[in-house]
Amino acid sequence: MLGEHERGNLKTSKLSDNQSIYRTIYLIRRFEEKVLEEFPSGRFYGTTHTYIGQEANAVGILNNIQPEDIVVSNHRCHGHFLAYGGNIQALFAELMGKENGVCAGRGGSQHLHWNNFYTNGVLGGTVPIATGMALAEKFNQSGTIAINFLGDGAFGEGVVYESLNMASLWNAPILYIVENNHIAQTTPIELNLAGKIASRFEAFDIPTHELSTSDVLEISAIALEHILKVRTESKPYSLIINTHRFGPHSKGDDTRDPKIIAKIRKVNDPIEIHGSRLPANLRQKIERDVNKSIDHAFHAALEDPSPELNLDIKEVN
Amino acid sequence: MPNVLDSLNTSLRDVMAQDQRVFIIGEDILDPYGGAFKVTSGLSSSFPKRVISTPISEAGLVGIAAGMALRGLRPVVEIMFGDFFTLIADQLINHIAKFRWMYNEKVNVPIVIRTPMGGRRGYGPTHSQSLEKLYLGIPGIRILSPCTIGDPGKLLTQAILDDDNPVLFIENKLQYLLNLRTKESLAEFSIRDDIGDGFGDDLLLPVSYAPSYTLRLADSPSPKLTITAYGYMAEIALEAVLRLAYEEEIFTELVIPTQLAPFQLKPIITSVKKTHKLVVVEEGGRTLGWGTEILASSIEILGKDLEYAKRVAGLNLPIPASAHLEESILPGVQDIIAAVRKSF
Repeated sequence: MLGEHERGNLKTSKLSDNQSIYRTIYLIRRFEEKVLEEFPSGRFYGTTHTYIGQEANAVGILNNIQPEDIVVSNHRCHGHFLAYGGNIQALFAELMGKENGVCAGRGGSQHLHWNNFYTNGVLGGTVPIATGMALAEKFNQSGTIAINFLGDGAFGEGVVYESLNMASLWNAPILYIVENNHIAQTTPIELNLAGKIASRFEAFDIPTHELSTSDVLEISAIALEHILKVRTESKPYSLIINTHRFGPHSKGDDTRDPKIIAKIRKVNDPIEIHGSRLPANLRQKIERDVNKSIDHAFHAALEDPSPELNLDIKEVN
Repeated sequence: MPNVLDSLNTSLRDVMAQDQRVFIIGEDILDPYGGAFKVTSGLSSSFPKRVISTPISEAGLVGIAAGMALRGLRPVVEIMFGDFFTLIADQLINHIAKFRWMYNEKVNVPIVIRTPMGGRRGYGPTHSQSLEKLYLGIPGIRILSPCTIGDPGKLLTQAILDDDNPVLFIENKLQYLLNLRTKESLAEFSIRDDIGDGFGDDLLLPVSYAPSYTLRLADSPSPKLTITAYGYMAEIALEAVLRLAYEEEIFTELVIPTQLAPFQLKPIITSVKKTHKLVVVEEGGRTLGWGTEILASSIEILGKDLEYAKRVAGLNLPIPASAHLEESILPGVQDIIAAVRKSF
């Protein structure tokens, strides 16, 4: 059950060495690939949103938070959850609708909560929630900050702007991370976003920094700097990461030309960028270990029981 | 004698003094203005750090309050007009009402969202509606509506301090300046005060303090029809009960719930089991409203024991600004009397 999982990968992901960083990036990749591989078999139920290609963002950002910090994610949340330290088996189980899933099968792929990690499936809807959480911590003078992941697609939603306005007015200690993968489901950014994302933050006097990279170390360095600023200055900052989604929005719904994706992937794959820093034999060992963990977690989750609807229904008399 | 406004204002003042986790959040609530209907008057002077005046951003401010609630505070939100409940729909339905359940009971969202509903002020189509029916039946949301009987402030206080789940607190613009009814002013009635069991529909939310009041004329023949109404319509229904008794010798029983959702059926069913006739009264539009559900559930429970059922409600039209037109659209005492008379 929730809160009782071991923080399985946290120990390693918190160690800011190249090996553990590679391990988490590769873990997220393999998790998402396993989900896509097994969906047709019927072992997963419902929907999923793949993070393949964007792994360096989750790891680079969440590598730098404190355990008390709040993370509010969106529909594309598996990578964030795993980088946060969430349990692999519990996430598999949640996607299978099992009792031992992160939310006992009630939430599914995009509605997760564990420790200080929260996700919801309505685009932009989490922005006021995360902002309010940050404000609560400010009022409580806890020193805790909030990290809110959103994508380029969320900028079509009005509540995002309402929230940025209030975050700035009241100096909410929050870091907005925009993972701009330049595509909203199947619609390219050119068709749905006028102007620049950075200008939107600037309009509310929320400092913003934009980077175009899939290098986890580059992201991590900038993230650390911004997280420190949010914490010490107790005010909102934003980080826009121009990134690439190699996989479909969900599953089997990629309408892009595979050749173009392959070309992008060739130079922007976070696995290759960071993996090349490790000796080949060490890298292979990490990959073998991760594959073993993934297989083990997947099969263990398969054995988990299905939840029962257990409500004390009062009879009418 | 305090009026409803005093009672609610005192409640807010008391809970803020009592509990540092309580924040009041809304538009134009700072002194000297103190809120469009003055329910928050004086609070920002006494508790400047915990009364937050917001931009005109209903969805955003409700979401922010929900985030605060998830992290242990107890925010009380004011939405200036109930009509603006449309603007908070996504935050309410897809976020606030969902968190506890979808996160497998690991979080609570102790938020209270107050708003005045209702017409009869000439405010026109977008500032006069009774839209609470939009949220009736959404799992995870409790909806309360105070009346001049009992203690509106206590109802609010308990929603804020004792209920760990989301509550919509539906006030009415014409209620604010009505005095609370004293025992003396209700002397001609016999009153029963039930904490209604919301059987059938309260799977998610525990029932806490929210009485239903059952009134009938004391020392009179047993009632032959049950009327149920809430909020300001309860005032109008009470007048109908008296006029029916004194002018036409038709004796009725009036059930006034203070909890609209989950539906509080038991006090109504208990009454109708004796009278076999039920008139449901509400100010909002007739179709798919509170009364519709009360009647549907009553039919399921009572079957042939329910011999007469009638809805008295607003017409299914936008509410016009003109006083005469508005009066024609919203239900009045004559409409209730006519609906009752028709059954005999």
